[in-house]
Amino acid sequence: MAPILEIKNIETYYDLIYAIRGASLIVEQGSITAILGNNGAGKSTILKTVMGLIEDQPDKGSIEFLGERIDGLDTEKIVRKGLIYVPEGREVFNELTVDENLLMGAYTRNDRKGMAQDFERVYAYFPVLAQRKKQWAGTLSGGEQQMLAIGRALMGRPKLLLLDEPSLGLSPILVQEIFKIISAIKEEGVTIVLVEQNAKKALAISDFALILENGRFVMAGPSAKLALDKDVQEFYMGARSEESAKGYQRWKRKKRWR
Amino acid sequence: MIDFIQMLLSGVAVGSSYALMGLAMVLIYKTSEVVNFAQGEMALVSVFMTYLVLATHGWPFHLAFPAALVFSFFLGCFLEWAVLRRAKTPNILSMIIITIGIEMILLGLVSWKFGADPKTLPFPIGPYDAFMIGDLFISELEIMTLVLALAIMAGLFLFLRYTRFGMAMKATQQNPVAARLMGIRVNRILMVTWGISAGVGCVAGLLIAPTVMSPFMMWDPMLKGFAGAVLGGMTSLPGAVAGAYIVGVVENLFGGYVSTEFKSVVAFVIIVVVLCVKPSGLLARHYVKKV
Ligand SMILES: Nc1ncnc2c1ncn2[C@@H]1O[C@H](COP(=O)(O)OP(=O)(O)OP(=O)(O)O)[C@@H](O)[C@H]1O
Ligand SMILES: [Mg+2]
Repeated sequence: MAPILEIKNIETYYDLIYAIRGASLIVEQGSITAILGNNGAGKSTILKTVMGLIEDQPDKGSIEFLGERIDGLDTEKIVRKGLIYVPEGREVFNELTVDENLLMGAYTRNDRKGMAQDFERVYAYFPVLAQRKKQWAGTLSGGEQQMLAIGRALMGRPKLLLLDEPSLGLSPILVQEIFKIISAIKEEGVTIVLVEQNAKKALAISDFALILENGRFVMAGPSAKLALDKDVQEFYMGARSEESAKGYQRWKRKKRWR
Repeated sequence: MIDFIQMLLSGVAVGSSYALMGLAMVLIYKTSEVVNFAQGEMALVSVFMTYLVLATHGWPFHLAFPAALVFSFFLGCFLEWAVLRRAKTPNILSMIIITIGIEMILLGLVSWKFGADPKTLPFPIGPYDAFMIGDLFISELEIMTLVLALAIMAGLFLFLRYTRFGMAMKATQQNPVAARLMGIRVNRILMVTWGISAGVGCVAGLLIAPTVMSPFMMWDPMLKGFAGAVLGGMTSLPGAVAGAYIVGVVENLFGGYVSTEFKSVVAFVIIVVVLCVKPSGLLARHYVKKV
């Protein structure tokens, strides 16, 4: 099957800041693809570039969704094609209720029946939200807001869902739950790109993973394989290895990746 | 006592047109964070166009007034599309200067085309038709203004609350980036907001024009409406309305008991005091983002 998303060698600038320095990525239909990397590596920037949120970017390269070029299109148009992004930090509509937020998630749709079904589906995934339907989103807890942000994205019936650090700032139990739900969404046939700091969990549920450093992918492969890689374990999963006591060797190995 | 009640009533009566101007300004401020100083002049152009079709071309009222609303709607849309959207990396100061620029241009156009001498807009009810309740004097135009202002407020409230487009307007106001991520065409929302706002202002203008009609007629109501909006926190529609009525009443009481000459200064004093003491306004319940 043709890939659902194909990014070819994109470069993105924020004015003079060179944030993405030639990154390519293929996302297969029905998979979860994880993007890992440290703070400031450019993970969010890649997703924002795909969504057309950074004006006049990407500067170079191309982005294809279902075989169609989408780079240079307006965000609104990209969303309408079925590519939906849950931004870092939730970004719910604070002064709309939970129900209204979900309704805005379905803004591009007109099928009342399907929308009613999706309301049910979202409230089934997130029972906490069902109890707070009439509450302003701004008064929800951080975890509840994250659930709302994901639920709101589901209301748009995404073909491809981009999740930017969904586990950020959540308690361990909630993290567990969010990851379970992400797997369940995949089982429904939604393709997912998952940006995460929590490498261990992300590798566990994803099919394919890439590691981003300074705006370039330095490593890519099946998640199961990456999870066994020494460097990945050391630098992203917090495992300690023998040699790492020697700073030099650590530096050398890190350097190799650039 | 009768004097006092009469002043109160007149205050509420002028407050209604201030309230419409305040509403119009808040609508725009909420969606695009622009204080639109051209608001009054946008209404002015619509009023003079109405005058043109009524007095010169002899249109009937039932055609001319709806046409005025449609015209003002498109004028608002056009200004947003043609001027404000072009502003690259806008900041508050440049936006203010742009709207003041639009204001001057529109004012200039009207003065040039129609001259500065006072006119009267033909209107179904005369400005001096009135009735008395006991010893209280109420003009029909004032009643009409009050009723229309309340109806427009109710309409806006229902529109924002219960229609999908209205909700999208609120969503855009609260978080434009997230709104785009929902597939909402944010540019279109901004444009239509300007259109609706211009329409609300146009109603205010048409209700003022039977009493005073000159190129400077909207200056005072706009500033008073702005004062009311500031009093209400600039981001709250009910706040702007309440604020505008307060300005109208306080101004009239001041005029009655203290000094008629300085009556108009009241609005400015209110603006200055509110901005110094409680910039968030009296009624703002704006949600502060959690960090
Ligand atoms: N709006 C912006 N203007 C200028 N520079 C930016 C902007 N947003 C991000 N950057 C820079 O681009 C680089 C990549 O940022 P990005 O947000 O993509 O990192 P990230 O991998 O998502 O990090 P984190 O894990 O902390 O979210 C950083 O160096 C950052 O400082
Ligand atoms: Mg990020």
